Amino acid sequence: MTAVVPQRPTGGRLVDQFEYGLDAPICLTWELTYACNLACVHCLSSSGRRDPRELSTAEAEGVIDELQRMQVFYVNVGGGEPTVRPDFWHLLDYAIGHDVGVKFSTNGVKLDRARARQLAATDYVDVQISLDGATAEVNDRVRGTGSFATATQALENLAEAGMKDFKVSVVVTRENVSQLDEFRALTDRYGAQLRITRLRPSGRGADVWDQLHPTQAQQRELYAWLLANGDRVLTGDSFFHLSAYGEALPGLNLCGAGRVVCLIDPVGDVYACPFAIHEQFLAGNVRGEGGFQRVWQQSDLFQELRSPQTGGACTKCAHFDACRGGCMAAKFFTGLPLDGPDPECVQGYGESALAARDLDLVTPRSHLDHSHTGPVRGQPTLLGMPSIPAKTCDESPLAGLRLG
Amino acid sequence: MTSAPAAAVFDPALPWRRARSVALRPEPFGALVYHFGNRKLSFLKSKTLVTVVETLADHPSADATLVACGVPEAQRPAYLRALADLARSNMIEPRESL
Ligand code: SF4
Ligand code: SF4
Repeated sequence: MTAVVPQRPTGGRLVDQFEYGLDAPICLTWELTYACNLACVHCLSSSGRRDPRELSTAEAEGVIDELQRMQVFYVNVGGGEPTVRPDFWHLLDYAIGHDVGVKFSTNGVKLDRARARQLAATDYVDVQISLDGATAEVNDRVRGTGSFATATQALENLAEAGMKDFKVSVVVTRENVSQLDEFRALTDRYGAQLRITRLRPSGRGADVWDQLHPTQAQQRELYAWLLANGDRVLTGDSFFHLSAYGEALPGLNLCGAGRVVCLIDPVGDVYACPFAIHEQFLAGNVRGEGGFQRVWQQSDLFQELRSPQTGGACTKCAHFDACRGGCMAAKFFTGLPLDGPDPECVQGYGESALAARDLDLVTPRSHLDHSHTGPVRGQPTLLGMPSIPAKTCDESPLAGLRLG
Repeated sequence: MTSAPAAAVFDPALPWRRARSVALRPEPFGALVYHFGNRKLSFLKSKTLVTVVETLADHPSADATLVACGVPEAQRPAYLRALADLARSNMIEPRESL
């Protein structure tokens, strides 16, 4: 079946043009591996173990060649932890050599002083260190014991090497939303830039979303903070659902899934969005005939996503033009209809929709889970799981004991 | 990263060109503009504007380019504003020779 392609208007606002899709993505995320040294509780891709079907070096180079032909000028590389791929540094150079700039996200595990110097000397590469608390206490509860120290060591190495414009990337949660000013102070200290994004119920994030997503009161504070500080902080335009509070936030206020955004996962599968790793949003594989270009330009799924929303409860809402009904992935993984309100709808319609869900509704789960199966060093404690020592030399019987 | 040169003040009577570190990617509504130096993205919202930017280098001035591309008189101010924006973000640059 081929989707009926709706007629694109001529002229008008860019956001209206984007609804009909672009010839190549603007914001392409490429996850290089499902392997990760950490086991963050909210990992959007349920990463941990490498998948044996991951793209080989030659296949990854093929993807880069194709991105160059399609004039995709930069990609957001992630994982898993991308730097644990042995060919990571080679692929980085290969991409840059083919006019595809790279912005990569890392927990910092491989960013020693030598790598930091190498990065500082390379043009067209951007580094983002993930940190989900401005203090070790808040961060390590979700990312694992020792992960704050690893990340801040990497930041220090980058700063010392003279790297410019690197980023600290924060997923805003109920536990760290009160630390936004502290995050700013921390990033300022390293000469870095702060980037904050929204927590979505994707991957393992679905298991902790109820517990970690900001409350309504916190969302309002976040909105006020963004209006006051928005020009100095990056957001990946991920909080556009907050625009329904009144003033539109700067940036693209639109769900870009399959329109201007997509994900290539480690095995070459192409999904509408990095937060939508589910068969329903799987458009094809880069290994197929016609490669990535064919998936992006011709897959039925992406054609379907490239039309403006015309029905559903949100289109009747006075704030629809600002908020556009919010995030498709957030609705999907909480079991809400895709044309209805976002679960974090600032008008409160999401909360009532969540409350009205069928009691025995089973929320959709991804068919993929690469989570570590055994215990992981420094495992996060949020879920009340016993943490095993961060370092093997920490084996003192009193290590980790909390008195009082 | 090298810091971007200061943007030139846009004077439509002078000769201009698409900046050398800028690439245009055709899109159904116009084009996506990418600057490899400062890594900024921008968009050209009409195909005529794409032709204007691509042919700036063939004409003695920005004004002359608009005439050559058949931009109607009534739309000239809008096009000049768009070009001034592009100059401010270093997407187009002044050219020495005619
Ligand atoms: S599904 Fe959500 S995260 Fe993905 S593009 Fe849409 S709004 Fe953004
Ligand atoms: S009802 Fe829909 S459009 Fe209105 S504010 Fe809520 S999510 Fe946004």
